[in-house]
Amino acid sequence: MKAGHKPGQVLLRAVDLHKSFPGVRALQGVSLEVRSGEIHGLLGENGAGKSTLIKCLSGLYRPDSGTIWLGDRPVSWSGPRDALRAGIATIHQELSLAPDLTVMENIALGREPVRGPGLIAWREMEALAREALGRLGVAIDPRARVGDLGVGAQQMVEIARALSVDARVLILDEPTAALTQAEAERLFAVLDGLRARGVGIVYISHRLEELYRLCDRVTVIRDGTYVGTYPMPETPEATLVQAMVGRPLQDRFPRRQAAIGEEALTVRDLSRGQVLQGISLTVRRGEVVGVAGLMGAGRTELARAILGLDPVDRGSVTGLGRPVPPGNPRAALAAGLVYVPEDRKRQGLFLNRSVRENLSLASLGRLGRLGWISPRAERELAGRWVRELGVRTPSLEIQVATLSGGNQQKVLFGRWLATDPQVLILDEPTRGVDVGAKAEIYRLINRLAEAGKAILMISSELPELLGMCDRILVMRAGRLVGEFSRSEASQEAIMRCAVGAGAG
Amino acid sequence: MEKRPLGWLVSRFPRRLGPLAGLLALAVALSLLSDRFLTLTNLLNVTRQVSINAIIAAGMTLVILTGGIDLSVGSILALAGAVTARAVATGQPVLVAVASGLGVGLAAGLVNGLLVTRGRVPAFIATLGTMTALRGLTLTYTGGRPITGLTDSFRALGGGYLLGLPVPVVIMALVFAAAWVFLTYTRPGRYVYALGSNREAVRTAGVPTVPYETLVYVLSGLTAALAGVILTARLNSAQPTAGMGFELDAIAAVVLGGTSLAGGSGGVGGTLVGAMIIGVLDNGLNLLNVSSFYQQVVKGLVILLAVLLDRARK
Repeated sequence: MKAGHKPGQVLLRAVDLHKSFPGVRALQGVSLEVRSGEIHGLLGENGAGKSTLIKCLSGLYRPDSGTIWLGDRPVSWSGPRDALRAGIATIHQELSLAPDLTVMENIALGREPVRGPGLIAWREMEALAREALGRLGVAIDPRARVGDLGVGAQQMVEIARALSVDARVLILDEPTAALTQAEAERLFAVLDGLRARGVGIVYISHRLEELYRLCDRVTVIRDGTYVGTYPMPETPEATLVQAMVGRPLQDRFPRRQAAIGEEALTVRDLSRGQVLQGISLTVRRGEVVGVAGLMGAGRTELARAILGLDPVDRGSVTGLGRPVPPGNPRAALAAGLVYVPEDRKRQGLFLNRSVRENLSLASLGRLGRLGWISPRAERELAGRWVRELGVRTPSLEIQVATLSGGNQQKVLFGRWLATDPQVLILDEPTRGVDVGAKAEIYRLINRLAEAGKAILMISSELPELLGMCDRILVMRAGRLVGEFSRSEASQEAIMRCAVGAGAG
Repeated sequence: MEKRPLGWLVSRFPRRLGPLAGLLALAVALSLLSDRFLTLTNLLNVTRQVSINAIIAAGMTLVILTGGIDLSVGSILALAGAVTARAVATGQPVLVAVASGLGVGLAAGLVNGLLVTRGRVPAFIATLGTMTALRGLTLTYTGGRPITGLTDSFRALGGGYLLGLPVPVVIMALVFAAAWVFLTYTRPGRYVYALGSNREAVRTAGVPTVPYETLVYVLSGLTAALAGVILTARLNSAQPTAGMGFELDAIAAVVLGGTSLAGGSGGVGGTLVGAMIIGVLDNGLNLLNVSSFYQQVVKGLVILLAVLLDRARK
């Protein structure tokens, strides 16, 4: 850590940055100022330009116009190395560690201590790693293999690496997206400590609660333009949301009028090793049932087992009164069961293929006979779901990778809705999606319930479950350990149940 | 997002037409350097020479689109050629002989496919193994000697003309048309792209991956066998060492045509252009009397240049 930075001194200032890509003006005059000893939140919808701004600050992109000031001198970086040398460290959403190397090798990567004719000084390396980790106050073994650590610990390693190169400004892009509550709390404590030592921190998150917990100021950007910088925590939530989406957001969780009907999905005694132990549940038509639980409680595994994507030891699944054979995803699909996976990039989307192909993939059988695809029928189907879901895309032929997170999620929804499903299992349907798109997804879920679909919704965001679900089931260590009706559910009660603390 | 009327063109055309532009540039340069290049005889000759590699590369494209690779095509070509030649030489009707050769390709492709899908052997290793094993089988089958004594009606497959075009060129055109229709208008074709783009998502979509992934190796085996039949007919004999190194030319054609080795994007149109680039380059360097040693250097550099240009555009 470099000493001599007075709290409040401006460390990094971006003024009126512009950046365009073919077909997109990503930044049109964005400014941001980071002072020593502050945590500065950066808020904006997906596609607002946050990532582009970060990439300009970290040297990955060169802005078309505008200036970046480091203290009182303008800088122009030709690559991430320059930014890093200047003391700007960035922790991107995808962690950039080598999983097969040890913690200390990762921390020292690129500047390994050597002695004599270029031999690595292992002891010094370990000392360096220990010191870096010690400064964060985390207990991680420097000799552990990084791939064996949890995501939270990996993130700490990455932060330790950033700080061991004397970072004065630390940029974190949605650092809590993959963390458990406890890991997130530890991260917050570390960030508090860094702030007290004069580091300037840029913190990007969709989660407003985190910004209130951490930030001294928040800068909001929208459609690539600067909206404003607000002092925290005194700025009301409604002001931030309105600044972000450009209009007042009505009800966060819109109401629905769905008549609850017959049983649509019945699961009996579904078991798979230690992962799923005797799970039984029902979901009725028109009903939205939530599944809460900590990471690793077996929620995604439950969804995959119901859909036949993973084998099961015993148990049965019944869809609309007909038994669904285990381990056969095609049969589940034919029975009207669909699964919108949690990790849409890994399990859902064909990123380098077009919107049209992504939408039609699960419905190709209906688009022609004998394995043929009618191009016209396919275009009609894709066009219909783009309109129906309000997917913002310039064309059906554009690569899905170029859409924003919310629009990608809508494409994935569209693929499954196009199969006319009766039972939908949604795994973290709003993860990584901005506030505006979230509301749209909630409205869509309501519309589906009102149309008589049965919905099982897995989510780590308790407010979302409380706002959307008729009933909430809680999982812990592969078992169903609790069930709450809408009226009796509260965040505290569900959390107690999920961590196994007494009542529930 | 700002919408530009030409955005679609800008984002899509240069990538797709890059290989074609390269081929045209090469052709223009060669017709300026040699007055023998731009003659009907020579162009037909080039196309005929290209057809063998192009047919193999068509099947290879399917495999590479799923994110796989098929190194065994040269050995399949040799064994299929030998089986066909033996059948013709022992008096079987041409149709039966050709069918038995194609059957060899189908069976070998099925083995490759099952090794990769059911056996979960990485494609590179699986087809490296069958490449070696099938070469050994071919040497055993032929006793290491060429098979000759072929009939005129069989030889027409290599040297004959149909509608004024060499038969191999006609077959090549049919293969590419079929492959294009397969990839563009059929469900299995769509799954080929989907597999290469995101295998897990295909599974999640309730599509069984094993049959479709196996299928591409079968089709690659078939096209390699077809190329073996044509080569045998053209050379008027089946050589036990035929097709050695052909897998590399086929892969080069696919890559030059803009198909991603990671799978998921590209197509057979580009592969045809890629095969033509290699053929025209060979032909042009011959016309210019470049020594065959230097020809290899130039070919290698052209492949590297093409891939570098492609990277730079991304």
